[in-house]
Amino acid sequence: MSISEGTLITPADFTGAGSGGDVSERGKFGVFGGRYVPEALIPALDEVAAEYEKARTDLAFIREFDHLLRTYAGRPTTITEVPRFAEQAGGARMLLKREDLTHTGAHKINNVLGQALLTKRLGKSRVIAETGAGQHGVATATAAALMGLECVIYMGAVDCERQALNVARMKLLGARVVPVTNGSQTLKDAINEAFRDWVTNVDSTHYLFGTVAGPYPFPGIVRDFARIIGVEARRQVLELTGKLPDAVCAAVGGGSNAIGIMHVFIEDEGVQLHGYEAGGRGAETGEHALTLTQGSIGVLHGSRTYVLQDDEGQTIESHSISAGLDYPGVGPEHAWLKDSGRATYHGITDAEAMDAFALLARTEGIIPAIESSHALAGALKLGRDLGPDATILVNLSGRGDKDMGTAMKYFNL
Amino acid sequence: MTTLATVFEKARAENRAALVGYLPAGFPTIDGAIAAATAMVEAGCDVIEIGLPYSDPLMDGPTIQDAVHRALENGTRIADVMRTVEGVAKSGAATLVMTYWNPIDRYGAERFARDLADAGGVGTITPDLTPEEAGPWREASASAGIDTVFLVAPSSTEERIAIVTECCTGFVYAASLMGVTGARESVGAAAAGLVERTRPHAKVPVCVGLGVGTGAQAAEVAAYADGVIVGSAFIRRLLDAPNEQEGLRAVRELAAELAEGVRR
Repeated sequence: MSISEGTLITPADFTGAGSGGDVSERGKFGVFGGRYVPEALIPALDEVAAEYEKARTDLAFIREFDHLLRTYAGRPTTITEVPRFAEQAGGARMLLKREDLTHTGAHKINNVLGQALLTKRLGKSRVIAETGAGQHGVATATAAALMGLECVIYMGAVDCERQALNVARMKLLGARVVPVTNGSQTLKDAINEAFRDWVTNVDSTHYLFGTVAGPYPFPGIVRDFARIIGVEARRQVLELTGKLPDAVCAAVGGGSNAIGIMHVFIEDEGVQLHGYEAGGRGAETGEHALTLTQGSIGVLHGSRTYVLQDDEGQTIESHSISAGLDYPGVGPEHAWLKDSGRATYHGITDAEAMDAFALLARTEGIIPAIESSHALAGALKLGRDLGPDATILVNLSGRGDKDMGTAMKYFNL
Repeated sequence: MTTLATVFEKARAENRAALVGYLPAGFPTIDGAIAAATAMVEAGCDVIEIGLPYSDPLMDGPTIQDAVHRALENGTRIADVMRTVEGVAKSGAATLVMTYWNPIDRYGAERFARDLADAGGVGTITPDLTPEEAGPWREASASAGIDTVFLVAPSSTEERIAIVTECCTGFVYAASLMGVTGARESVGAAAAGLVERTRPHAKVPVCVGLGVGTGAQAAEVAAYADGVIVGSAFIRRLLDAPNEQEGLRAVRELAAELAEGVRR
């Protein structure tokens, strides 16, 4: 059995959960990453890591994943050039990677299909997941429905309200949605609650982690499944322009869409990597999710990384108009990319993101997710800096249908 | 200052298990926690674990989450935790701090270990610090002369039990079941087996926690473990009490019941 010509992915595209950065030991990205979890979960994490290491070199697994990406998720997604939008970016050439066109409307489907296949290999019948904007919850519920897995989604009560439409979608897909009412009632508390469920039900359950954060092996596994975004985009940009882009832009909450598009470009020294965090109401107001740009090094949700915390290590609640970026931690590989200087991270305020959201809609007929709008707003600034000869690749990580409630309020529509 | 070694020696001489009680600092108030823990000691607790309130307690069930949330709302800081340790240690119990790793990491491992030792604390229990990441903390603790307690769980393999117990001084904390903290109808059936699997590796006593809340359960666990750990059941008494006096009476009553249990 071999991978046929023209498949989306090859074994080489799965770099391994223990890879990344200057890996000195497994799961470490420089000083970041590792495992800070109750001992009770160590066997389960070891089991997931071992099974993934087998799966990623198993051609049958890769073919099945490839098949699902093509015939179910709608891959490859196209890249779209957006000249009218780019006029506002100093005329730089702007290309969008259209993850908004995938089934369920966001890049999250890539990771969940991979992990749902892994769940079956692990012999488990139940998946749990946390969700912020609801996109990972919808994607998980979708994969669970497709593969006949029981599915429970933990979602902060505040987020349930902000994203009522996605709650309904998850329920329709057969998932049980549990609103989390403790702490800040957002993504971080949903993750706490999912961990509590996992430690209780670990024999039957896989925690289908939604981002490149958390304890080893999650950051590497989620990255590998999201990496298809960059694998395709790199090829597509080369085909279209004959060269690599000058810069790659992505929004960063936990960081999975960003690592997904950036990772294949890390070795391409001429390609700038830019991540855009949620600046909320502004860095100076304290109401933001500027983990990498304003946070400090600590431990949150099982991993050493940058965290929004006070002087005694208590997590500070984040704020963003976009539920998907409203998280006070970030994946450890981003922490490493920041400290190594390979990637640069910036803040984009709610207002800047909403301007970009409206601009793309009006100039190109594409309504982006508010999360992705942070990357678009960043690309507008970057284009003006780089000048008209530059080519910028932006990860349009999801579509904005889920955000219409927020948009109606924000723009008085 | 009473050390863990002294406590277990004394309990062994009396042919019983030690009783370990948990309460977070700052709950119901900072002074209220000192008073409640002192009452627990007077009624029979040999060891007190003072919880360091943390914003993201992912190993704790609803009862401890509730108490810790209130403690943080009360503005409890690490200095208050140290003051609580100091107050409770005066009662004669060996006093530890139970904390998630990040507050120590942020405070500075050496500084935390030194301040805890200065306050009369004898060690820490760190439920989310795995042996792989524990090097700096073990060093700092050894320098300050305090114990490091880590957890084993029913899911732990022989290999993991060996690795974890190797890092434990004072005692080994055996989690009785797969789950979060909180009193339950029955103590996990896996607990006795876990203690049995842990013994050959452990140079120090093995205590059992999670799910213990009654005298009968304490007696059951005391039959095979060196110590019985109770947390949520004490907090529940305080949460349900109409006032502080009633709360103190209730925790005293529970401690006495448990102390009788470990002596059966």
